Amino acid sequence: MRSVCVVGVGMSKWGEVWRMSFRDLHTEAALNAIRDAGVDRLDALYVGCMSGGLFVGQEHLASLLTDYMGMRGIPAMRVESACASGGMAFRAAFIEVASGMSDIVMASGVEKMTDCAPDDATSALASAADQEYEVFHGATFPGLYAMMAHAHMAKYGTTREMLSAVAVKNHQNGAKNPVAQYPFEITREQVEKSVMIADPLRILDCSPITDGAAAVIVTTEEVAKSLGKPYIKVLGSGVGTDTIALAQRQDLTTLRAVTLAAQRALDMAGKKIDEINFAEVHDCFTIAEIMVAEAIGKYEPGKAGQAILAGETGREGAFPINTSGGLKSKGHPVGATGIAQVVEVYKQLTGIAENGRQIPGSPTIGMTQNMGGSGGSSVVHIMEVAS
Amino acid sequence: MKMFVPRNWREYPSRYRLEASRFTKSGTVYYPKRMVDPETGDTEQETVNLPLSGKVLTYTVIRTSPDQWKDLAPYALAIVELEDGTRMMGQLTDCNVEEVSIGMEVRLEFRRVQTEGHSGVLSYGHKFVPKWY
Repeated sequence: MRSVCVVGVGMSKWGEVWRMSFRDLHTEAALNAIRDAGVDRLDALYVGCMSGGLFVGQEHLASLLTDYMGMRGIPAMRVESACASGGMAFRAAFIEVASGMSDIVMASGVEKMTDCAPDDATSALASAADQEYEVFHGATFPGLYAMMAHAHMAKYGTTREMLSAVAVKNHQNGAKNPVAQYPFEITREQVEKSVMIADPLRILDCSPITDGAAAVIVTTEEVAKSLGKPYIKVLGSGVGTDTIALAQRQDLTTLRAVTLAAQRALDMAGKKIDEINFAEVHDCFTIAEIMVAEAIGKYEPGKAGQAILAGETGREGAFPINTSGGLKSKGHPVGATGIAQVVEVYKQLTGIAENGRQIPGSPTIGMTQNMGGSGGSSVVHIMEVAS
Repeated sequence: MKMFVPRNWREYPSRYRLEASRFTKSGTVYYPKRMVDPETGDTEQETVNLPLSGKVLTYTVIRTSPDQWKDLAPYALAIVELEDGTRMMGQLTDCNVEEVSIGMEVRLEFRRVQTEGHSGVLSYGHKFVPKWY
């Protein structure tokens, strides 16, 4: 396998972006990434998108987006794994470059979620759960994670305060991210007085509905060097799968797909979890960040909540998590999220994170963890700054 | 998601009769039925009917619901482990949602689960009710 690098990144505006269409959002992010890398061609595109069909009635995305970004004719494919679509698209681009098939590949992600009514968006998201045995009974995504939260609280004594600490910390970080949808700080009281969605999860435990896109340029080390820009190396890529129906899992308090993905990525990278300096993880709900921090092996089961409460995962802590603001504050355009995680890791590793968001001490190795549905799929990447 | 008649009809055996797969090699029961035992790869199986009682493993109360469920909200949703160890999701009804708890004993009843407007499909299946009810 060839060594694979990321050499340029781009984001669109994130939020309720009424002035921009699905294709505009993607084009903006794609052009930003192309300009940032300084490449003059693309050999292929992999675009992650969960549900263009349900959110805006548009499928056949890869050709459309390739055309509108000025790359008509290149090989292009859409990748779908619910909310992990972006991370999976990045993996596809990684494989294509590693295999020697292509030299310069774009991995991107996009979702336009606010064109439809909020109710339709909720239904579209619910299509990542088991239609016949979960959604049929009235399950929603907050509901599924709420059930995991109750199980985790009952087994490990995880508290309301720990959940709140995740939201407060991610908003502290997101307040410093220029593309964040909700770039402001919140207090524990605000979280705990916000409206209840699905017990025990309140609205400020939930990531929002977002329009947005992100893109990165994946290439060989040779090309990356020749461009003369800062770049990072992809050391490991791992994917894991599990039942998408929560009821069929043996343990409701662990995320097996995440553990499998993290182990595979760490094995490929030849690293141990303690060698990773920081991570961008899939905090679609506050409980998810706690469970993921345990599933990747950083904390023992039941111990992550306490560590987060103690500030270990803050920007200046021992293991910063979600310095971008995470899905919670930055926003969660589902198909774009996995790519935006790579963007943040690139910025942190190359020392260009904006507004005082930079992790102190020049971190050298970062991890991204992107997750589909209630944990039915997960994809993890490990990246290192090029010396 | 719109419910079409054949789609609903196909689920009758599992929703109306609670049919599940018991695989020969492992003896494990899966609900809903599936063709392959995910643990052993076994395809030999017999059809069994699930027991009608169990206890709550975890739950939530859906307070903000999709339009389709607005009339019911707030409603309790639970994952229940049946007496034979099989697990399933469903609504927990006929009780105050504030009284639902982990470990609560429930039984299954045949109820209307979904209604799609005046001319839509009526879908039936199980709901959990407290055992004492």
